[in-house]
Parts: sequence; C-alpha cells; structure tokens
Amino acid sequence: MCTTCGCSNSSNIELTVPGKESKNIGAMEINSADNHHHSHEGHSHDHSHEHGHDHSHSHEGHDHGNSNTNVIQLEKDILWSNNLLAERNRGYFDAKEITAFNIVSSPGSGKTSILERTLTDLKGKVKMSVIEGDQQTTNDAVRISATGAKVVQINTAQACHLDSNMVHEAVKELRPEEKSILFIENVGNLVCPAGFDLGESKRIVVISTTEGDDKPLKYPDMFLSADICIINKIDLLPYVSFSMDNVRNNSLKVNHHLKFIEVSATTGEGMQEWYDFLLK
Amino acid sequence: MHELSIVVSIVETATIEAKKAGVNNFDTIELEIGSQSGIVMMALDFAWNEGVKGTVLQNAERIIHNVQAKAKCVDCSHEFDCESIYDPCPKCGCDFSDLIQGKEMRISSLSYEEK
Repeated sequence: MCTTCGCSNSSNIELTVPGKESKNIGAMEINSADNHHHSHEGHSHDHSHEHGHDHSHSHEGHDHGNSNTNVIQLEKDILWSNNLLAERNRGYFDAKEITAFNIVSSPGSGKTSILERTLTDLKGKVKMSVIEGDQQTTNDAVRISATGAKVVQINTAQACHLDSNMVHEAVKELRPEEKSILFIENVGNLVCPAGFDLGESKRIVVISTTEGDDKPLKYPDMFLSADICIINKIDLLPYVSFSMDNVRNNSLKVNHHLKFIEVSATTGEGMQEWYDFLLK
Repeated sequence: MHELSIVVSIVETATIEAKKAGVNNFDTIELEIGSQSGIVMMALDFAWNEGVKGTVLQNAERIIHNVQAKAKCVDCSHEFDCESIYDPCPKCGCDFSDLIQGKEMRISSLSYEEK
C-alpha cells in the first residue's frame, strides 16, 4: 500500500512485453515487510541510520529501566523494505554499468513523447531500454516498442506509483544490456512517486509549459527529490501564460541543486542538450 | 488521507519484530516523525485506532517524537526552523536552502514486558 496517498497496490500487477502475453507478477504489497523477511533473519539493522538532527527524545513517564521491560531499538525507516530493494537494484545497475533514470511528472507532460524522440534520435549511438509504468493499458509500451527499443510495461492496477519491487521484477523480464541507459517512466503523478526510490541513478522531473509555473511550489516533494528538471513543450510558450523565469525560480526555491533542460519533444528544439547530458 | 497506509506499514514491521521476539503484544512504540514528512498527526490518530485493531500494537502506547524541519541557508549557512521547504532564510533573506532535517518517518523502538 502506498504510504503517500493510501492507494492499494495489492491488486494484480502485470508485466507486458508488446506482442507477448502479459505476465502476472502477483499481488505485491511493497511495504509488506514479509516480502523480505527472509533476508533479515539473524543480523542487526545497523545501516543507514545516521541523521544529523539533535532533537531531544523525551522519555518522561516511560521507565525503560524496568528489568521486565525489553526494548527493541529498531531505528527503522517506515519505508525500509522499499529502500532496501532499491539499493539492490542500484547495485545491479552499477555492476552492469546501466544508467537508470526515473522519469516522473504529472500525466500529460510529455514523458513518453520525449522518450520516443530520444530513442529514435539516439538509435545506434547508445543502447537503451525502457520500463513503462501506468495504471492500465499497454499504449505507452506499444509506442516505445515502435521505435525498436526493448520495453516492458508495468500495469500497477490500483497503485499510483512504481516501487522498487515492481522495477526489480521488470528488470528481470527486460534484461537491459550492459553499458546501456534504462529509462523508467513512472506513473503520471506528482505526489506519490516522490517517496519511492527505485534504485535509479538520477531522477528526472518533467514539467510542461501548459501547466502552471507554480507547480514546483504546489508539489515541492517531487522537485526536492529530483536531480534534473526537463521543461517540455517550449514550442507552445507564445500561446500560454507560463513564465520560464517563474518556473525556474520556484523550482530553485525548493531545490537549488536542480539542473534545467528546456525542450520541445514535438519540434526537437533543445533536445540536443538532453542528448548531450545522456551521452556524457 | 495516506496515514492509514503508514499505520499498516508500521503494523507490518511490528508484526515481524513480535514474531522474532516471540511475543504477542507490544506495550510501547516510539515513532520519529519529521514536520516535512507529509504525515498529518490528526489523521494519524484517526488511522491508528482503526489500523492497530487486532494486531500486536492494539494495546501499545504510541510515543511520537516530532522532528522540527530545519534548513541551512546556502548563502550565509544560517540554520533555521522552516514551515515549508521553500522558506527564505530569516537572517539574510536568501531563497535557497538545503533541508537538513524534517523528513523523518521512523520507528525508533518497540518494547514489551517479559512474561
């Protein structure tokens, strides 16, 4: 179940390679610690608990000194099972020299169009494959497949985001090549995917000029967690009340580390900068 | 709205720990919740009562340690409490800062009485 919006992903999640039959990868509860129970027997969780804050922990009224009281010091992130598997994915990508990008945005910002153009223009220059995430339909995977790229569609059913377990299963099906780029197109949603590490190298948030330029302030978590911000549909700038200065300033207020790339997936304007980033 | 699922995740982790410890109930659970974690306390209270029914946390006292979000100004390095991720620095007015705490969503500890 999604801890961000409460959506369920306990319904059947399907993987589809276009032209082949769908494969049910079962009802996965990504936060179900039972999924990963086997790997946690017999060793302590003493990793990744460094945090620099110095708030006080008051224990008034809770006498832990009582000899009959046993305290299990857990210090466990509530999303620990997702984070653990994300690190496992990350290790696999590192070993295979696969650069994985988690592409997030609202629905309709042009994630799939950017990918279609990228896969077509960079064909032969770099090996690329795609994991498509949508609640329903294999429409996006069919579009990606038409470019000749390897693709697996994840249908998340009720879930509003991809999680590290779904990506883990999809990667086993996809088998991305060594020294390649893996694009993971997340479910169109500017809220929930922010909380779920997939094991990606970089997170890319896409915003388009037909959206409000205050979106980074309205949905700060997504912009805070991203490394790159692609501003798409710049060919429509003359027709919309979208200020490039505003969107940049608003994004930087949330995350001053963000790098921007302005593109139009339709006309191809600005795409070279994006390709330079991918190929470097 | 999403707090019920947070409670469910907590219950799942507690259930595993109970199995390991060989107990049926916990007496206390300590949580550490950052003010920028997105968790709304009132909603968590509501979800808690429903979510822990019939679980190892049913009778557990919940202790929450709130972690105030703090940011560090990029320009003057001043550290300040923030209410939103994009609060300007109160000292120099700079818009750019790094969140240094406040995203915590952590189960600190569980405790039980020995039989």
